[in-house]
Amino acid sequence: MRALLAALLTLALVAAPALAAPPRASLPDIEDEVMCLECGTALNVSNSDVANQERDFIAGLIAQGMTKPQIKDRLVAEYGPRVLAEPADDGFQLTAWIVPILAALAALAAVVLVARRWRRRGSGGPPGAAPGGPRLDPDDARRLDAELAAFDR
Amino acid sequence: MRARVYWPITIAAALLVGLLAYGLTTTGTDTTLDDAMARGERVQPPEETPLPMLGGDGTGSIADYKGKVVLVNVWASWCAPCRDELPLIEKAHKMLSARGGTVLGIDVKENSDAARKAVAEFGLTFPNLRDRDGSFVRHWGQTGYPENYVIDRDGRVAAVRRFPVTQGWLDKTLPPLLDEKD
Repeated sequence: MRALLAALLTLALVAAPALAAPPRASLPDIEDEVMCLECGTALNVSNSDVANQERDFIAGLIAQGMTKPQIKDRLVAEYGPRVLAEPADDGFQLTAWIVPILAALAALAAVVLVARRWRRRGSGGPPGAAPGGPRLDPDDARRLDAELAAFDR
Repeated sequence: MRARVYWPITIAAALLVGLLAYGLTTTGTDTTLDDAMARGERVQPPEETPLPMLGGDGTGSIADYKGKVVLVNVWASWCAPCRDELPLIEKAHKMLSARGGTVLGIDVKENSDAARKAVAEFGLTFPNLRDRDGSFVRHWGQTGYPENYVIDRDGRVAAVRRFPVTQGWLDKTLPPLLDEKD
């Protein structure tokens, strides 16, 4: 038992630093979260001169051993917050955050309204009525039976 | 038969159309300066926020040079036409500084290391400000690189060049402004 505990402790001590260390940054992992400022597209789909310069800058920071959050902070310091591929939380770009939320809420409200209307319609008929609609007129019922019988022949 | 109006859908559609119209009108190119230049007028420059100095601490703005004729040169080292133009701009700065003027560079959308390298490579002696994300030049109705704006001694925009300058354009534009008294 004591040997098992010692083995587990040793394993935890060896594994802890590896688990705590942030993953090494890579260019493909960062490129899709950064904008080419001149092209208005993500860096990973841009091949312009300005995109290549941004890419070289990121590669240099990776070579210095910086982590992904450190590199993004440095990019913002050098190019401003627009360099990150997410809309700003002020001005007109704020609508990019608000509109999807409002659209989702509106869709949810629409689903709730429609579901309530269907339920009312389903339970609103006379006693003994079939769910979803009124009972057939006896003449129509006779006609329907005759038509179905004609199909069976 | 009266058509039924679905008010929530109508309001949502109107809001979306309004949002689209707002987006289009606020992100379009500002032609205020070009319109003024076409009328032969000199106008106050767009309101500006001070920009960081390249290769130094603190900030600077065009307003710091009031009383001087300023050739504002919009450039970036990743822009090939800008690189072709820089020797001519440095030459213009030497001429201007001898007569109470200056070139003020606006380095756009590039990291400071790359910009400093270009300054050393081309031996630029004029001051440079950093427009990190291009928001400064957008207010000037920028359409490409390089661009040049000439400011007179009263701080008004006297000329705009939306593509590379030539020695002929500089010779025609700058001396008359230098000759004007404050």
